[in-house]
Amino acid sequence: MHPVVFGILSALLVLSALGVVLARSPIRSALSLVVTLFLLAVTFLFLDAHLVAALQIIVYAGAIMVLFLFVIMLLNLQEDPPVVMHAALRWLAFAGGSLFLFAGIAMFLGSAGAGPGLQSPADAAFGTTEAIAARLFTKHLLAFEATGILLLIAVVGAVVMAKRKLV
Amino acid sequence: MNVVSVEWYLTLGALLFTIGALGVLLRRNVIVMFMSIELMLNAVNLVFVALSRHLHSIDGQVAVFFVMTVAAAEAAVGLAIIIAAFRNRETVNADEMNWLQG
Repeated sequence: MHPVVFGILSALLVLSALGVVLARSPIRSALSLVVTLFLLAVTFLFLDAHLVAALQIIVYAGAIMVLFLFVIMLLNLQEDPPVVMHAALRWLAFAGGSLFLFAGIAMFLGSAGAGPGLQSPADAAFGTTEAIAARLFTKHLLAFEATGILLLIAVVGAVVMAKRKLV
Repeated sequence: MNVVSVEWYLTLGALLFTIGALGVLLRRNVIVMFMSIELMLNAVNLVFVALSRHLHSIDGQVAVFFVMTVAAAEAAVGLAIIIAAFRNRETVNADEMNWLQG
């Protein structure tokens, strides 16, 4: 990917991610998150992860975000009141955030341009459905089966939780 | 320097993760906190995909598959909990959710 394209993409990503955190109304947060997820899918395409990019749009931007928007509209949430927060907690949050950000920038400045650019992989099949499936159903088969059980538990848990007669 | 090296992607992932963590720490609306968690998961996904490409190993993309599954399960159960809490106490403010104090 050309550095200019990467710069534009990451600037849009950071802006939309900030929109998720800073927007007053939950609906705007959710829509900003949809934009973020789409931009991430574009980034995945540039990284030769075609199946992951498709899954990102179908599962994340499709299913999960619809669930979020559905719940926000079901609860009829209005804009949040201005945040009233303990001063120490706010200070702690900003200190931790800046520390992490500083570590990221230091890592970037320490190694930017040092490594070779990401070259196209040798085989054209990298990131295709076939390549991922071949790996998923051999080396990671146990984890895949466990995922099925996890989803079953999640379905049962969500139904029980959403029943009316819960304390 | 005409190519984008893997460090750029790692830095972008760190930036997005920081924004998500700040969202969990600063916001009090549980749904927005939940969306910030999704943001953090996605930042990790970006790092997985970038390193998968960098190391020419498909395992990173398989890991993203599992992260997405766990995120979907977490979203379903978490939103069900939020609905149940809202039905009982009419609030989505994390500061007011102190019912375990007795």
